[in-house]
Amino acid sequence: MIIKLPKLIFFLFFLTLVNFSNTFAEDSKVNEISKNLRCLICQGQSVYDSNSEFALSIKNLISSKLAAGDSEEDIYNFLKSKYGDWIIYEPGFNKFTLVLWILPLFLFIFGGLLIVRKVFINRSLK
Amino acid sequence: MLNLIGNYSLVFALFTSLILIVVTFINFKSNKSLNFYIFGTVVLQFTLICVSFFTLVFAFIYSDFNNAAVYYNSHTTKPLFYKISGTWGNHEGSLLLWLLVLSLFTLIFFLKTKKLLNSFRSLAIFFQQIIIIGFILFIIFTSNPFQLILPMPNEGLGLNPILQDPALAIHPPILYLGYVGSSIIFSSSLAALVCDYVNKDWARDVKKWTLISWIFLTIGIMLGSIWAYYELGWGGFWFWDPVENVSLMPWFCLTALLHCTSVLEKRSNLKSWTIILAICTFTLSMSGTFLVRSGILNSVHTFANDPERGVFVLIFLTVLILTSLIIYFKYNNFEKVTKSFLLSKESAIIINNWFMMYFLAVVLIGTIYPIFLEVITTEKISVGPPYFNQLMIPFLIPFLIIMAVGPKLDWIKNKKIEVKLKKIVLLFLSILISFLIVRHLNTKILYLTVIISAALYLFFISIVDLKNEKLKWSQKVSHLAFSILIVSIILNSVFSEEVSVNLKTGEEKKISNYLIKFENISKIEIDNYTSLKAEIQVIKKNNNLKFYPELRLYKVPETITSEADIKTNLLNDNLVVVSYLKETDYLNIRYQKKPFMLLIWLSALMLAIGGILGLRKL
Amino acid sequence: MKIRLSFIFIFILITFILLVFFKSLFEDKSYVPKKINNKIENISIKEFHSDNNLQLKNLFDNEKYIIINIWASWCLPCRQEHQYITILSDTNNLKIIGLNYKDKKNNAQKFLNELGNPYDIILKDLDGTKSIFLGAYGVPETFIIDSELNILKKYIGPINSENVIEIKKLFK
Repeated sequence: MIIKLPKLIFFLFFLTLVNFSNTFAEDSKVNEISKNLRCLICQGQSVYDSNSEFALSIKNLISSKLAAGDSEEDIYNFLKSKYGDWIIYEPGFNKFTLVLWILPLFLFIFGGLLIVRKVFINRSLK
Repeated sequence: MLNLIGNYSLVFALFTSLILIVVTFINFKSNKSLNFYIFGTVVLQFTLICVSFFTLVFAFIYSDFNNAAVYYNSHTTKPLFYKISGTWGNHEGSLLLWLLVLSLFTLIFFLKTKKLLNSFRSLAIFFQQIIIIGFILFIIFTSNPFQLILPMPNEGLGLNPILQDPALAIHPPILYLGYVGSSIIFSSSLAALVCDYVNKDWARDVKKWTLISWIFLTIGIMLGSIWAYYELGWGGFWFWDPVENVSLMPWFCLTALLHCTSVLEKRSNLKSWTIILAICTFTLSMSGTFLVRSGILNSVHTFANDPERGVFVLIFLTVLILTSLIIYFKYNNFEKVTKSFLLSKESAIIINNWFMMYFLAVVLIGTIYPIFLEVITTEKISVGPPYFNQLMIPFLIPFLIIMAVGPKLDWIKNKKIEVKLKKIVLLFLSILISFLIVRHLNTKILYLTVIISAALYLFFISIVDLKNEKLKWSQKVSHLAFSILIVSIILNSVFSEEVSVNLKTGEEKKISNYLIKFENISKIEIDNYTSLKAEIQVIKKNNNLKFYPELRLYKVPETITSEADIKTNLLNDNLVVVSYLKETDYLNIRYQKKPFMLLIWLSALMLAIGGILGLRKL
Repeated sequence: MKIRLSFIFIFILITFILLVFFKSLFEDKSYVPKKINNKIENISIKEFHSDNNLQLKNLFDNEKYIIINIWASWCLPCRQEHQYITILSDTNNLKIIGLNYKDKKNNAQKFLNELGNPYDIILKDLDGTKSIFLGAYGVPETFIIDSELNILKKYIGPINSENVIEIKKLFK
């Protein structure tokens, strides 16, 4: 076996370093949601990143709605109904965003086909 | 007086461009040797633009408020360093810097290509002049930094504290060096195409320019991220902000191009594709300029928005794209390559290009789709980080693995079992370690295991490859750097911790495993702002860290900025940032632990160093 | 012939993209979403002095429309627009509700003592969440709503003399 024992030991040490924190599992829900919201009075910041009055109000709203039992989706729908789709950073999947999601994947496949075609043309030219 | 000189230097530079257009074209067509005249005019042009640029610099240094750019963007009390960097911190001045670098690179190109085909050199300068003319016209007619304000005001308006930062001062010039490098690649490629000069000699030269451009762009992007991280203090360093995306797109193209020119300088494959990439890189740089300065994007960084400028750039873009399209389709007559390239260096590079183009497509589509949607349907949507992450990360996994096994594909044919076994064992080791790292987490264990394994695998293979003498050091260093970068970024995003509390002076609160104490707050008056420094203690188990985040209350202009206190070491960054809760006595205190930040910066730097090694032919 | 085809395709694509960019330069950047829900829920908001909860619908006493003006003592533009709110309050038939936004009680009171109190009823939004139910971005903002709690008109930012004329017309 070519595996060098010292290397193995080094990396197991490394992983214990990383492991020392019992990470409290997820980002608080409020943070998670506010990271996905655009601060509407800021230039290109999320509600999470901003401490403008608007962002703080939204964060308070998220807290109270979560405490009242609303789900993440309820909150997003509520905010969309008040401020429009563009307050949400994640573009949903609907007729307007179909192209947005599909086009890159389509291009990837298209690129792959081009490459395959080039390989086959060359083989047949041999 | 200085303003007049600056302004007219530009006008004269325009004339030199026109002269060059004619002379280089004649030189190309008739093969007379007009090189001396071309050289002289290029030097003259560079001198004139230098004069223009430095008159602006002096105007800033001496606070000449007759000059509109200085008036709007500078202030007598600004430190000298920021007065100078203020020259390019505004739209007009930054364009003049673009022009300066464009002209400098043109000169260097002419000097350094003496051994190459003469008609090619002339034509490359020809195309370069078209770009220069476009810029000079743009500056003179829509973005003139030498506009006058009369009578002369006593004081300037520009004292935005956020813009007075060292990283921010050098980030634009370095970024521009990257963008402008791609202009040479563009001109050189079109010229090579027309002169039928797309061969190994040309590739060897273009590779150098690609490397230079790539190195500066890498460092420029890194500096921008560093600035965002330290200045904004919220722990983030990449936001998929449109302006960030605009710098990333040419980077993908340049990386792909870099790999292609490596192939082209040894073999004769991939000629058409290399040219296409060269055209795309510069087109993306120019389109990026358009997007950022025209006001159609919503971003933290946009310059002053002006539709008129947008129209000009759009027309300029149209001219460039049409020209390159026509030339490409007219002169693209390469013999079909007959060698099979399955399982060889070319196929690995083609796959690299395939993925690079995919990542480019995701960033491009994500950035401009909202514009299209709004124009066509008047629907307004946001495309933010979730989109980019969801589309890119799954593809990163195969990319990392292919990058690990790609560079030396000989091993597949290699009869020795040892070699293959090593690769497989390293793979298992990656998966094992990766699982051990994530097993304590609550969510997404399988997904995280897979992606960390892929990144770790590339890392291990890159380390092993360091001993491989058949590979160049530039490649070994850059690939290793890239693997460290990806591993650091993933671990950073998975293992970041954060707590946020609202406290009054003297209060403390226990949240999760942390005890946060707001000890006291002290107030000091410094020249142009009032500094409120809060002493915050963060205690976890036996670790006690003291932080001094600051709130700055500026008077001119009236703003409050928040300065995070960031403690950096190799393993973790610990940061605390506070914000004012209006009309209350409470401060919102946010503590974050971000692992491996330093590694992220260092590996990005190492990436660029790999590029520098490439320039030194290592 | 194949080459010709791809040339035409790319040419058309580029032209299309450039045309879209061109048009987008002249688009109105100030976004007022059309498809938002223009109806407000019948939420309850605390009254300024008494802390009693009042429901929005109960603010109506047979009026067709009422005005809700979001303001704060720390908001400079609110000072400027206050004179126009006062003009409106001097008009008959116009019920103006003031929604005090994220403010300290004595500061708000001082503001009104100094500049006059044009409001029929004053409510308070201490954490900013109530204003979100109105779809507000900040302060000052003024809404005209009907008894079914539909938003008829919304002014973002301080109102001026033209807005005053508009509003008076609406109430005739």
